[in-house]
Amino acid sequence: MSGQTDRVIPGVALFATCLVDLFRPSVGFAAARLLERAGFTVHVPPQACCGQPAFNSGDEERARDVARAFVDTFSRYEYVVTPSGSCASMIRFDMPRLFDGASGPAALRALEVAEKTWELTAFLVESGGAEIIDAENRATVTYHDGCSGLRKLSIREQPRELLRAVRGLTLVEYEGAAQCCGFGGTFCVKFPELSTEMCHKRCAQIAESAADELIGGEMGCLMNLSGAMARQGQPIGARHVAEVLAGMTDTPALGRGKGSV
Amino acid sequence: MKSTTESFGKNARDALADRRLQRSLPVIHEFRRDHERATGALPGYAELKRIGRQIREHSLANVATLLTEFEQTAEAAGARVHWAADAEEARRHVLDICAARDARRVVKAKSMVTEEVGLRAALQEAGYRVWETDIGEYVLQLADEPPGHVVAPALHKGLDEIDELFATAHGTASEGGRSAEQLVEEGSGVLREQHAAADVGITGANFLVAETGSVVLLTNEGNADLATSLPRCHIVVATLEKVVRGLEDASLLWRLLSRAAGQEVTTFTSVLTGPGERGESGGPEAMHIVLVDNGRSDLLGGEFHDALRCVRCGACMDHCPIYESIGGQAYGWVYPGPIGAVVTPGLTNLEESADLPQASTLCGVCEEVCPVDIPLPSMLQKWRRRAVEELPQPARSTWALALWRYFASRPKLYRLATSVVARLLYLLSFGRGTLRRLPLLSGWTASRDLPAPEGQTFQRAWRRRG
Repeated sequence: MSGQTDRVIPGVALFATCLVDLFRPSVGFAAARLLERAGFTVHVPPQACCGQPAFNSGDEERARDVARAFVDTFSRYEYVVTPSGSCASMIRFDMPRLFDGASGPAALRALEVAEKTWELTAFLVESGGAEIIDAENRATVTYHDGCSGLRKLSIREQPRELLRAVRGLTLVEYEGAAQCCGFGGTFCVKFPELSTEMCHKRCAQIAESAADELIGGEMGCLMNLSGAMARQGQPIGARHVAEVLAGMTDTPALGRGKGSV
Repeated sequence: MKSTTESFGKNARDALADRRLQRSLPVIHEFRRDHERATGALPGYAELKRIGRQIREHSLANVATLLTEFEQTAEAAGARVHWAADAEEARRHVLDICAARDARRVVKAKSMVTEEVGLRAALQEAGYRVWETDIGEYVLQLADEPPGHVVAPALHKGLDEIDELFATAHGTASEGGRSAEQLVEEGSGVLREQHAAADVGITGANFLVAETGSVVLLTNEGNADLATSLPRCHIVVATLEKVVRGLEDASLLWRLLSRAAGQEVTTFTSVLTGPGERGESGGPEAMHIVLVDNGRSDLLGGEFHDALRCVRCGACMDHCPIYESIGGQAYGWVYPGPIGAVVTPGLTNLEESADLPQASTLCGVCEEVCPVDIPLPSMLQKWRRRAVEELPQPARSTWALALWRYFASRPKLYRLATSVVARLLYLLSFGRGTLRRLPLLSGWTASRDLPAPEGQTFQRAWRRRG
């Protein structure tokens, strides 16, 4: 319990993530639509970031400041759902640790927020299952697993289970699906050559698959992979899994044309 | 050993541009398959891992007691135990032993700690003729390079390079194109002669057994067995954390280490207890065991304690996408890959090796395959935190993080600021949906397009739609 007097607001607070907020608003709308279909009221409180850029750089003091604002915002809601495995695992596992040794409401509420935070596809499978999916898509797609979601939250089957409920969609696996794409947050600009090498390996594997579109649950990976494929002149576009599941694929693929908002 | 960790960034770029190296590195995909097969084929592997981890934890928690017991049992079996606080002392012990025996020729089996303390160079400087007898190490001795992997030190060397090195060293007339078998045969022939002629054989140890005073050696070539039996003196150089309670613990770790390294069992397994005895047909007259600390006792009990559980199977590096891209030598010191990035700052210093913990996406595959569950990614994180606390940070990243913190800890202000940024970047993209160049993000845009923001942030668009 938060120990606060304000009551818990029923429904889901959507944490869009800073990358979706800035680069791909349609993912936020798609996530909201899916959550509403699953029967939840969706709230989008003013929000910024989960703190990963600082936390992964070792700057825990700055990460803590940002985490405190996050906890203040989100602790009021019944659930927190985010279309990202890496943000979800930051919130679930790392955010409470930032308050280790600090007693008081911030530390308690960090734990509370951690316990009610979910990655989008895991939340959808857990709360409604594939019945809420009402979408049609004729594409052949392949799925890239984000590392944090895969290894820290064991998210592997959930997005695939939901994708199989999309009418007409063909899901093929590619060889590098579970291997890192080389994004790694600030890693990709600290070690651009290494990052590019890893990314190009995945791009080559994607090109070898039968897929004409890349799907993933992690904006960072998708921006990395699709950005490299675009530069190489590969025709394979990329989309967040939420867009496909919500049937919101009328916008061009990531980075492949003018957006609609 | 001399370290080049300080120039990791350059080492990595050079490695990426090294076409011979890049042709050899995919061999680790075979190691990955071997690991998956060997660990998957054993029904009780998860249980074996659990017990293995407990054994290692027990060793570390009781290291002083176990080492004291080992000293007594090993000496009772006829070996001499020497303690070395650092690399200098370890080299000194070995040089003194060799000098006292009036030795001339030394054979060495593969051992990471002897690389760590720079033993071969010290012996050569003192005038000894030294031969590495692990075929991979021998190749690297000829090439004058440090090992690139803890199990397969020369995996980065192609057959053509080895052919050239052997032809030069052995005076064989080769036109190139010899097979691995032919090269191994030639190398082993040369090394067999050296074994027979050597005065001293030096090995490392996989485990030191406290109850029996035994040294356990696991190899795949059998060279360590020659090095411990043909020369009249055997010197073991081993680090403190190798000690285990009894033979049962050692045999369990042997199985675990073999599986994680991609085998059912290692080809050769030797349990050596004291020197050869009078009347025995083989074995050295003298056995010396040098126990090396070299920074490990400082790690015990601290944030990086768990890294000392490592059994040196190589699985973390085999699966690491960074290692896969640049190989082991770019890491710049003795231990490469994720475990290297964790122990190098601890055993050398963080200032010079600060790049190593940064050079990771924290993808977590290393922890997943580690047979003793070392939390490598969170240890890399810990080093990053220490770097922020202890070392001067580049002005640009400090400035960027400060700016980010200012806005990101004020959600309403952040919402406003990002909608301005989204607008600006959208205008910069001229409606093409993509940005091909951005001044502060050249690391990204050199090889990748950046999707352009679509004009509005999600938060702004959400509010507008109500």
